[in-house]
This record gives sequence, C-alpha cells and structure tokens, in this order.
Amino acid sequence: MKSRILLFFLALAVWALLNWTPDWQHMLIGVFVAAFVAFMTGDLFVRRPHLFTHLNRYLWFFYYCPIFIWECIKANIDVAYRVIHPDLPIHPGIVKVRTSLKSDTALTFLANSITLTPGTLSVDVDKENGVLYVHWIEVKDKDIEKATGLVAERFERILKRIFE
Amino acid sequence: MIDMLGLVFISIGLFFDFVGCLGLVRLPDVYNRLQASTKCITLGTCSILFGAFLIHGFVAAGIKALLCILFLVLTSPVSAHALARAAHKSGVKLCEESVVDRYAEDGN
Amino acid sequence: MRNKRRVTYIFGAIVILVILAKVLLSPPPILFYQDMPFIGFLRRAFYILLFSCLLCLYRILRGPTSADRAVTIDMLGILIVGFCAILGISTGRSWYIDIAIAWALQSFIATLALAKFLEGKSFDD
Repeated sequence: MKSRILLFFLALAVWALLNWTPDWQHMLIGVFVAAFVAFMTGDLFVRRPHLFTHLNRYLWFFYYCPIFIWECIKANIDVAYRVIHPDLPIHPGIVKVRTSLKSDTALTFLANSITLTPGTLSVDVDKENGVLYVHWIEVKDKDIEKATGLVAERFERILKRIFE
Repeated sequence: MIDMLGLVFISIGLFFDFVGCLGLVRLPDVYNRLQASTKCITLGTCSILFGAFLIHGFVAAGIKALLCILFLVLTSPVSAHALARAAHKSGVKLCEESVVDRYAEDGN
Repeated sequence: MRNKRRVTYIFGAIVILVILAKVLLSPPPILFYQDMPFIGFLRRAFYILLFSCLLCLYRILRGPTSADRAVTIDMLGILIVGFCAILGISTGRSWYIDIAIAWALQSFIATLALAKFLEGKSFDD
C-alpha cells in the first residue's frame, strides 16, 4: 500500500513537470491518471518503502551523482580516443567481478553505472553467487579480485550506503 | 550568452554522436561496438538535449528535455545490457584480439 | 595486413574530412524558416546527424550478425531523439520534444523485444 502511495506522488510529480504551467484542469486529469497507474502497477515499484524515510540515503545519492557524471565524461573521452586512434588500441575480454550487493535496485544501479563508465559493459548478473560478468575493452587484469578493485569498487561503497 | 552556451553543448553532443557512429563502423565485434555506441551516443544526445534546455529556458519544452535526459540515462544501459546478453546467448563469438572470456568458461 | 589497415584508415579519414568540410564551410540550401535564431548552425547540425545516420546504415547493410543490426537500430532510435530536439529549436515548435520523449520510450521497448527475440533464436545468419 505504501508503495502505491509513493508511486502515486511520483507519477503526479512527473505529470506536473510535463505540463509545467500550473492549471487545475491538468492537475485534475493528472490525479486520475496517476491513481490509475498506481493502482495497476503499484506493487512492483518498491519492496521496502521504509527506506525512503532515511535522510542520509538522499545525501549519499547527491554525493554519487557528480562522481557518476565525471566518470561518464571520462568514459566518453576515452572511447573517442580509442575510436579515432589509427591502430585501435583495444584488448577486449569478458571478466568476472565480485559484488556484495544483494537488493535488486542496487544491482541494477551498479550494472548501469558499470555500463556508462570507462571501458566496461555489464553482460550478465549472477545473483546467487554475487558475480557480475563485465566486458572490458582494455583488460588490465584477468584475476577476479583485482578486476573487482579496478571496475566496481568505487561505486559499490556508495551504492551500499544508498540502497542496502 | 546562455544561448551561446547551449550551442556549445549542442556542438559537443554532435561531436560525440559522430564519434559513436564512427566507432560503430570501425570496431571489430558486437560487444566493442555496443560499448562505443552506448556511451558516446547516450552522452552526445543528452548533451544535445541539455543544450536545447538551455536555449528554451524554464518553459514546458525545456523541462521536457530534462526529463528526456533522465529517461535516456536510465534506459539506454538497460537496453545495452539486454542486447549484450542476447548476443552472447545467441552464439556471437568475441573477436580474435580478445584476451579472455570468463562468461563462456563458466558455461553460460 | 598492417599496411592495408593504414591505407584504409587514411582513405576513410580523407573521405570523412572532405564531407565534414563540405558540410561546415559551404552555405547550406534553404530548407527551414529563415527568421529563427542560429539557423545556419542548426542546419549544419542536421547534416552532421544525417551523416552519422548514414554511418549507422552502413553497419546495418554490412553487419555480419543480426545482433549488430539490433545494436544499430537501438542507436538510430537515440539519434532520432537528438534530431527531434534540434528540430524543436530550429522551427520554434516545442511539441517536437514530446515526440522525442515518446520515441525514446518506444525505442527502449522495441530494443528489449529485439533482445528477447535474439536470445531465443539460434544463430544462423
């Protein structure tokens, strides 16, 4: 039930942003649409709604955003350099990365962050063993522990504080 | 002034879009192409949309451009992940420069 | 082998640079509204995006596996989102951004469907 209420307010906020000029007719239709969406798909949205009340999770999220954007820009410059270089300096391969995150949201965010950061692309997630398979455009180390340290660790520390 | 900043963002976005498409042509196999194109084209298009937001300002169109950025950043890694897994499951091999393939070694 | 790659690289670089110089330096034909701001810059931006789409089409024609084609279709969807954003500026009609949002949504769903289809299919073309 809490999950449905949260989804209702989120959908209403997105509707209000899409319309932007405040107008009671738009908002009335928005209330109906958001209630319908929350009624249909509300129980899929969050499993543990009590996490939304912790304030320091939001602070860690705001700390995570600039780090993510900076890594994203670095990734783009790196890929652009590799593409424009005449010899194509790539040594690709798929390596394993160990993770200690358990919840679905945290794993999704970790996989997305890995995909958008320098030279890595998540191929599959093995949730039982806590292993991510990562395609790496420049394999620096085939060993699982060192690859974990190079690829996933900087996000994992922050994501654990946000979502676990 | 702020319009010129928007044009600068659009130029950066065009450059990264172009490099991403060039990577799609030059790189040797599906996974490398997916890497180059996902990163470069996503950030390039986000940059174009941010330039559009700067030019439009805080009106309905600008806010919609920001929402579109949020949506693209959330969805494009998911689709890249799905495509990479599907390609590996359908039997596409890695290119011959590849060093290691732990995913096939684990029998998936 | 290495020499052949060098020759291909230089040839491709010359072709791409000539096309880009042609796009950036020559005055583009009149297609859109004359009185909008920055119209020259935005027209050249259109041509660069169109050239990127042409590179994508090369990969669709040439792509050795169907996974390549699926990747390229995904990327074409994202390029069209940027195209709609620039159209929204250059024509002054803000509803092009709505088209961009809807296109991003349906492109995402289409890519997921393509991935599911690829996963179930054996690899034979």
